[in-house]
Amino acid sequence: MRPGAEDLVTEAPRGISRRVRPALRTYARLLLAGFRRGSRYRLAAFGGLVANATFGLLKVAVLFAVVEAAGGEVSGYDLGAMSAYIWISQGLLGSVNLMGRSDIAERIRTGDVTTDFLRPLDVQAAAVVEDVGKSLFALIPRGIPTVTIGLLLVGMDGPDGPFGLLLGAVSLLLGISVSCCTVYLVAVAGFWMVETRGLQILYMVVSGFLAGLFVPISLFPGWLYGVAVATPFPSMLQFPVDVLSGRADHGTSVLLIGVQAAWLAAVAALGQGLTRAGRRKLEVQGG
Amino acid sequence: MVDLAPYRAVLASRIRAQRSHRASFRLDLGSSVLVGFVELAEIAVLFLTVDRLGGLDLAAIVLVFGIADMSFSLADMVFGHCDNLPTYLKAGTLDVFYLRPQPLLAQLVTSDISLRRLARAAVGLAALVAGLVVNDVAWSLANAVLLVLAVVSGVVTFSAMFVWAGGMQFFLVDGYEATNAFVYGGRYAATQPASVWGRPLVVVFGFFFPMAFTAYLPTLTLLGLPGSDWLPGWLGWFAPVAAVWAWVLALASWRTGVRHYQGGGG
Repeated sequence: MRPGAEDLVTEAPRGISRRVRPALRTYARLLLAGFRRGSRYRLAAFGGLVANATFGLLKVAVLFAVVEAAGGEVSGYDLGAMSAYIWISQGLLGSVNLMGRSDIAERIRTGDVTTDFLRPLDVQAAAVVEDVGKSLFALIPRGIPTVTIGLLLVGMDGPDGPFGLLLGAVSLLLGISVSCCTVYLVAVAGFWMVETRGLQILYMVVSGFLAGLFVPISLFPGWLYGVAVATPFPSMLQFPVDVLSGRADHGTSVLLIGVQAAWLAAVAALGQGLTRAGRRKLEVQGG
Repeated sequence: MVDLAPYRAVLASRIRAQRSHRASFRLDLGSSVLVGFVELAEIAVLFLTVDRLGGLDLAAIVLVFGIADMSFSLADMVFGHCDNLPTYLKAGTLDVFYLRPQPLLAQLVTSDISLRRLARAAVGLAALVAGLVVNDVAWSLANAVLLVLAVVSGVVTFSAMFVWAGGMQFFLVDGYEATNAFVYGGRYAATQPASVWGRPLVVVFGFFFPMAFTAYLPTLTLLGLPGSDWLPGWLGWFAPVAAVWAWVLALASWRTGVRHYQGGGG
């Protein structure tokens, strides 16, 4: 137990609010800092938008051909639902981290993380919160315009009423958080491996496919679908897309959000455990 | 005679460097193989629900994928780190290349070599061989020549895409992802049956960036399939013309970019 944690327990409940509130304010500031950091790279956001829109159009061509060849519907996807799947998933690419890269990975590799451990903040929470902030910003220059392009050029299904939109927003926030926490796991592997590049690429390949980036996971054969839902990856992209596009009704949406929350708790707890173990293992190269 | 010794020394050191972190290197190779499989699965999964897509069956698509993927991986191995240009531009380290008495592009190309791309190309080759076996190819000298032409032109065309993107980086810097739309989007387009594209996509990925010429059109020609109005089967023979056109684009972009560059202020 860290020094100070004991008082925190004994002084409850007044003590908790006195200690936790300033900490929460710090994390809120980090979230905002991440958001503002994202806003500095406007040209990058534009580049991402061009890429998302181009891939979106290519996917429309091939997946619409599949729906039409299958007689207007495939695994519950008609043209409107397929379009929504394509454009929402492309739009979320700037926000959901399926690349596996993070700043904290570089800090662990170079040993800069030692400075982070000296700060009166939780290393995991600080890294994840800042990433979530950056991801949320990306919705403005990339997420919304990509979906708008799809809406104007192709047309698509939308959320199931205002409550559906609200559920979609919750599901999206959870999806972003699950992805940031899972990418953090790739980064902390750096406490044990000198170079995490291979692991990062493995994450990139597996996450995109199982998150439903290339084709909706309900098109997978049964065994592969089983593999996908046994991982946190569908919680990052496929579930938020299903909720936002109205493909999942309200009841199913609540269920999907529950699954996402469970995965978030699991990957966050694992990250916390690995951070503590890694702190004891930490070995700074050349230091 | 150009002295190649400096290039050789750099490349040999790069190869040794990649193999020094063994665990990561193995994971890297494994991941690269997995990338190939996942990308093939991405297309194959569609054939669970339909028998034919854009006039091609699964066997033909495997052949398209094999040609496109192998060509792209080989091009990526040699020219892929043109992708690092934005990093050099931002850090100002590109100026170092200007200090050496070698052409900039030649230095960039030989500044690194990604061994894991060989693993990637192996997956492409496996798909290509599988595609040739499962399809009913009428083997003749003409078809053998066509296949070799297709692969060589494919490598040349994809290499041109990396150089084209490199030239654009001098203007885009942070906006480098915009070129990914056409380089990696182009790779994705090259593995698709181009007959499903609408007119704008045919213009962009059929002709301007001649992605349909890298694998789809040669496959049509090889299998004797008719194709569509704008992309008929016999166009497969024109893959080398497409490769030359791609390099015209690439060199125009590269020269414009290099002339635009004002130095890193160092």
